[in-house]
Amino acid sequence: MTQPVSPAQRHQQDTPAATPAKTPARQPARLGLRPDVRNLSLLGVLAVLVAVGGFTRPDQFLDSGNLQLVLTQASVIGVVTVGMTFVITSGGIDLSVGAIVALASVWATTLATQEYGFAGILFTAVVVGLACGLVNGLLIAYGGMVPFIATLAMLASARGLALQITDGKTQIVTVESVLDLGIPDAYVLGIPPLVLVFAVVTVVGWLLLNRTTFGRRTVAVGGNAEAARLAGIDVRRQRLYLYLLSGLCCGIAAFLLVVLSGSGQNTNGNLYELDAIAAAIIGGTLLSGGRGTIVGSVLGVLVFTTITNIFALNNLQSDVQQIAKGAIIVAAVLVQRRTARDGAT
Amino acid sequence: MSGITKSFPGVRALDGVDLEVQAGEVHCLLGQNGAGKSTLIKILAGVHQPDGGEISWQGAAVTLRSPIAAMRLGIATIYQELDLVEGLSVAENIFLGHEPTTAGFVVRGRQARASATALLARLGHAEIDAGGLVGSLSAAQQQIVSMARALSHDVRLIVMDEPSAALDPDEVDNLFRIVAGLTADGVAVVYISHRLEEIRRIGDRVTVLKDGRAVAVGLPAKSTPTRDVVALMTGRDVEYVFPPRPGDAARAAGAEPVLRVEGLSRDGEFAALDLDVRPGEIVGLAGLVGSGRSEVLETVYGARTPSTGRVLVDGRPLRPGSVRAAVRAGIGLAPEERKAQGLLMLESVTRNVSVSTLSRFSRGGWLDRRAEREAARTATRELSLRPDNPDAPVRTLSGGNQQKAVLARWLLRGCRVLLLDEPTRGVDVGARAELYAVIRRLADEGLAVLLVSSEVPEVLGLADRVLVLREGRVVHTAPARELDEHRVLDLVMEGSPTP
Repeated sequence: MTQPVSPAQRHQQDTPAATPAKTPARQPARLGLRPDVRNLSLLGVLAVLVAVGGFTRPDQFLDSGNLQLVLTQASVIGVVTVGMTFVITSGGIDLSVGAIVALASVWATTLATQEYGFAGILFTAVVVGLACGLVNGLLIAYGGMVPFIATLAMLASARGLALQITDGKTQIVTVESVLDLGIPDAYVLGIPPLVLVFAVVTVVGWLLLNRTTFGRRTVAVGGNAEAARLAGIDVRRQRLYLYLLSGLCCGIAAFLLVVLSGSGQNTNGNLYELDAIAAAIIGGTLLSGGRGTIVGSVLGVLVFTTITNIFALNNLQSDVQQIAKGAIIVAAVLVQRRTARDGAT
Repeated sequence: MSGITKSFPGVRALDGVDLEVQAGEVHCLLGQNGAGKSTLIKILAGVHQPDGGEISWQGAAVTLRSPIAAMRLGIATIYQELDLVEGLSVAENIFLGHEPTTAGFVVRGRQARASATALLARLGHAEIDAGGLVGSLSAAQQQIVSMARALSHDVRLIVMDEPSAALDPDEVDNLFRIVAGLTADGVAVVYISHRLEEIRRIGDRVTVLKDGRAVAVGLPAKSTPTRDVVALMTGRDVEYVFPPRPGDAARAAGAEPVLRVEGLSRDGEFAALDLDVRPGEIVGLAGLVGSGRSEVLETVYGARTPSTGRVLVDGRPLRPGSVRAAVRAGIGLAPEERKAQGLLMLESVTRNVSVSTLSRFSRGGWLDRRAEREAARTATRELSLRPDNPDAPVRTLSGGNQQKAVLARWLLRGCRVLLLDEPTRGVDVGARAELYAVIRRLADEGLAVLLVSSEVPEVLGLADRVLVLREGRVVHTAPARELDEHRVLDLVMEGSPTP
């Protein structure tokens, strides 16, 4: 991008030995372009996966029912990943997402809650998620705890509480209006309702991160918390909001899971924290904070879910899946390390 | 070492420096902050790689690819900031990385402790327990441990970066005994210090660095007159082209101070500090590292909580220890560590400039990015920030232009008090004059500026009024034109009684 030479620039005090001629657009475009390039490459990976799926299982993979299944499965973890992306962008981590999903899903499906019907289940799931996020946020932002430890403690206690509530039993949902959303033929505006929720969360998340002061502050806190503080940003309040946001996403995801499975179980959301972190990282969000991409995270989720689907269709065991996922994470992080090295002068 | 050059992004740190050290001598390295001393010794220690030049060791050309490579040759460095692991014992620190082992990996702890005790005794500090934790030692004792670590290698050259800075006078005497013992064994010592009298006592030859060049090589340490050495270190140059001060009469005409600091103290850092800054005035704080300069600025800014005293803007006291209160009242800070404390290095110029003013460009949290970009561009153009591209990543800018991005942030916010901590650190010599002009212009436009710098000429040249700090107390206040560099250095270093 060329800039018109402003009058101010033309007759600025051109002092002796003004900065050597290293100023003009030496690198500027690269940083702006890179996330797009990365998203393109993820799209490429996704395209390859679809080709592989279509090639190995032409009859089943491209079936609209199967594609819908992939998207539906991606929805639950996808919503969690959007929240996780914010937290990681701010330089934090939330290990408790899976446990919060479990707790919210079982609390929302107790007999007492189900008496209040659809609204009761949705409300409870969201409030439980927010409450857990609030505790995380207070411990981290105002209690001075390291995010890793605070959310690890939440992981343990939320899972424990979920087990206590259910006593290890599966809680069947009997509210018809909830179950109706989960049947394969349910559509809202021509889209499966879970996928619609995922899409809305994605769009809202993208706008929040890229178009609002909230998003800008998130990036500033993650990029350099000390500089953000000295620039007058309330870093602690921002951190509190971020863990609240992650908790909210977990609550929404818990509701989706209840809809999808028609039940609440204390084993729900197992290892979601790892899947969400992995998806965000391969999407291009820096684990050290300061850069995050919602689109990348969503693509990361889709890549993982598609792999799972293809492996299942080809009757490969989940152990092979896990190995493939691990390899993808390693590859993505190696790429990211190179990017970071170019970035930090 | 000959013809060593080294550039960092935006700064040429070394520009063809020669250094020759002989076995058994104490070679002193002198120079002001930013002259390139640290860079030079880091190259010698294998931490940085030179861009050009040659290093030869005992007659043969060598490449010091890493700190380990330098250590293998027998070059050990004792850094100013001690590099010890506090959670390990004294002996473990001394032998870190080259522990005596059995079968290659089982650490022989007892042997390490015995050797450590012997080393410490040789250094005259047998009272340090080799098994004790380093974290529980005093600064001086840690210094000794650092030195023991250097000696635990088969060392031929020791580089000491301001080893006396943390020491009491009698500990300094002990240090000198150690140095004398080393040179008697034929070990060469490169000694860096700001204190000329030390260099007279133990130095053999002196090399003076200034602005990345060696302006004098191999002067006799004992006989070169102090006047000549100081002249070499401070010699006026392009960097000290200061903008003229506007007539004092207009300003002294009793404008009300914008910033007033009353009895501000922080335990162990500074005490009972009073100062006023009026609109259009630049007040400078001069003092050595550790005199409390930066701490004062950060406390005024609310980044540190004072133990007593208060800060007032327009006569209204600020909530102590709150950066947000200070920013809201119209104070802005350009911090000392620009990259670590000031900038979002991954972000564009625009986003760095607008970060303190985001709410102005938003409605209900929604950003008007065009307005943001235009406002940032207006502010950066006012300061002639180059390149004139609001989307350029801030990390690609030179040091001077990065500093302008920080200033533009506060300009955009419309702040009334500007706190500048080492505003020209890491800024090219040539770009400094421009930055000085910018700062003066901001003051002329009515800002009150409080300036901290370890470079005395900078304080004297830029400020209207100067407060000299020594060990956390103001020892002298005077209009800048009534002071000169020697006078300030006297006040700052010798601690001569307040006149």
